Amino acid sequence: MSENNTAALQELARPQYEELKKLDFQLKPAQRAKIPLQEMPVQDAELRRKNTSEVALGYTPMQAVVEANRCLQCKNQPCVEGCPVRLPIRDFIKSIAVGDFAEAIRLIKVDSLLPAVCGRVCPQETQCQVKCTLAKVLKDPEQAVSIGRLERFVADWERNQGKTELPQCAPDSGKKVAVIGSGPAGITVAADCRRAGHAVTVFEAFHKFGGVMMYGIPEFRLPKAIVEAEVELLRRMGVQMLPNFLIGRSRKLQDLLDKDGYDAVFIGIGAGLPNFMGIEGENLIGVSSANEYLTRANLMRAYERGKAATPIAEAKRVAVLGGGNVAMDAARTALRLGAEEVYLIYRRSEKEMPARVEEIHHAREEGVQFHLLRNAKRVLGNEEGRVTALECLCYELGEPDASGRRSPVAVPGSEYVLPLDAVIVAIGNSSNPLIRQTTEGLEFNKWGNLVCDEDGRTSLPRVFAGGDIVLGAATVILAMGQGRKAAAAINKMLAEGGD
Amino acid sequence: MTVEPYTILYKEQLSAQVYLMRVKAPHIAQERQPGQFILLSIDQDYGERIPLTIADADLDEGSITIIFQTVGYTTKRLATLEQGDELAVLLGPLGQPTKIEKLGRVVCVGGGVGIAPLHPIAKSLKAAGNQVACILGARNKELLFMEDRFAAFADELIICTDDGSAGRKALVTAPLKELCQAAEKPQLVVAIGPPVMMKFCVETVRPYDVPVVVSLNTIMVDGTGMCGGCRVSVGGETKFVCVDGPEFDGLKVDFDGLIQRLQAYRPQERRQEEQHACRMQQQAAELEKKNV
Repeated sequence: MSENNTAALQELARPQYEELKKLDFQLKPAQRAKIPLQEMPVQDAELRRKNTSEVALGYTPMQAVVEANRCLQCKNQPCVEGCPVRLPIRDFIKSIAVGDFAEAIRLIKVDSLLPAVCGRVCPQETQCQVKCTLAKVLKDPEQAVSIGRLERFVADWERNQGKTELPQCAPDSGKKVAVIGSGPAGITVAADCRRAGHAVTVFEAFHKFGGVMMYGIPEFRLPKAIVEAEVELLRRMGVQMLPNFLIGRSRKLQDLLDKDGYDAVFIGIGAGLPNFMGIEGENLIGVSSANEYLTRANLMRAYERGKAATPIAEAKRVAVLGGGNVAMDAARTALRLGAEEVYLIYRRSEKEMPARVEEIHHAREEGVQFHLLRNAKRVLGNEEGRVTALECLCYELGEPDASGRRSPVAVPGSEYVLPLDAVIVAIGNSSNPLIRQTTEGLEFNKWGNLVCDEDGRTSLPRVFAGGDIVLGAATVILAMGQGRKAAAAINKMLAEGGD
Repeated sequence: MTVEPYTILYKEQLSAQVYLMRVKAPHIAQERQPGQFILLSIDQDYGERIPLTIADADLDEGSITIIFQTVGYTTKRLATLEQGDELAVLLGPLGQPTKIEKLGRVVCVGGGVGIAPLHPIAKSLKAAGNQVACILGARNKELLFMEDRFAAFADELIICTDDGSAGRKALVTAPLKELCQAAEKPQLVVAIGPPVMMKFCVETVRPYDVPVVVSLNTIMVDGTGMCGGCRVSVGGETKFVCVDGPEFDGLKVDFDGLIQRLQAYRPQERRQEEQHACRMQQQAAELEKKNV
């Protein structure tokens, strides 16, 4: 069994907690810096690779209080600088440190609608926590205050209390806002515009709301019940949620403004079309995009065999191409669906992997085998057109490229063949062309992303955008941050009555 | 903006395995154009999403018509729904509409359940001023449907069955070849049906230098470009049927690859059917026990 089970970690926290109580939570910074970092309880790797329950289990209240007391309460709050939505991190941690969880969540909710989500999936180690003074004092970035875990803790605490507060909405303004897409950006805009008193409709192409949080991020990393609770909150606020509705086809974007009486439109349609490698054999049966694989598994619930009508590739040996969070999600999902061997094939080294450190760590613990500095050259198949193997090529790192990462260079003659029965391609997305094809006057850049100003204003009057359709592939929190800015600009525009 | 429940307003069995349904969906009826399709599912939580072409729409009733053959898990269950029942999911219209223009002589070939999606296209081509010859084919008379609807507008209607139980005893490619060899060869051929039929229609037409449009029905999940499950090789390039299609230049489509990919989940589907059969047998046995 892992050492990181809840009971064991709680026992580790107890003496620290008793000590804090003795001091009446009044500590000097040097004393705070000496409190050991509280590890997150997790499901044992051997068990969890066979189930779909959440991997990380969350702090106990005692652990949360102890961890919060590590915070030095810096005057200049560098952590807030690192947060895309500028959560009052220092202040909510201060509340947790004295056990006032209700105040902590109240402070967070002023700026973030999705703390239970962000606490789980934000890359804190490159945002708020990388700026943490404590990490600098201790000369170890991994010793930063666990801001994400604390955020998650209070969000879960509130939900488990069953008394999630309904945000206050201003009196009806008589204005209407259309939000296209119900992912993190869309949810943020819907809530912020509704709070300002506008009537809001959210259009979602899928039959369930939440965008990437529903179809993409797996249950074991983000339980769907959490996303559903957030969506339910929007409904209770009076936001109209329309599923099975594809703007561009079910209705043209311009018609929303010209015919349906909407005063503003927000486009938050996400990343769109999956990229493929462009190699031989890529259309063989058993090769799928990570989007398809994860959508079948998550949204269509293919992991519940015998119940779900949607089939999914049943593979014993799976290769995942890519090194981002989506690649980790796909690899770990494959394990849970019964794969015996899962290879993650990435053409650079682990240092260059875009995935979160925690996800890489969890994937490795669960038995995902990393083939680094390797890349797929072609997919081999049998006479039925099914995948049988992948021919790979070895790489070494050369000079840094435009992104600052050392670019991989192929080693001639280093080909080898890996027998497989499924290949999942997780090398990113291009933008979906649908809105572009069906809306005149919207300006896109050469990668197909929408061109916007700082407030999310597009080239069309009264049309705003945010999230992956603007950023390319990014994160939940960045999408939320953009949604927040766009909503503020929409609310300002509607208050002033102009465009 | 509101969306009403997707209620089945009318259901009719057209042939042994083919059903017609009119489903309430005013927003789709209003926007749909010939050649476009919908995605549907019959269970909100555990259903599978399948694409079906829109065969017709009625603006007054606010409905669309779908015609489907009971071939897979979902279509078999869909056929058990009755008037008044609701579909859990209905998304559309999807895909690029057919390019309808006046060209002169056009031949429209429909095979099996492909006759249904052909109908709005052939009708629109006629309305655009073309001379339209229609060839409809099926294995036998029982599997044919909509002949009268085609007869109502087609300049020429040729019926073929494999066994000769209706019309000519021939494959659709035989009259297609004759029409291509005629003094006035067609300016366009549209072929919709099983992939194998479309493949052979394309090969029949190829020597005559006539453009041929085919409409592909592939495995899809979202139908909006997000999953890539529907991809097909067209002229050596990978295309997504849901957003680039469903219609493509038949002369460039890799039909062999397409036919293979349609088999992707066959083993799972077979097992699913067997499990379902087992459960049904179990239930039947239990019922019998109770009755005894």
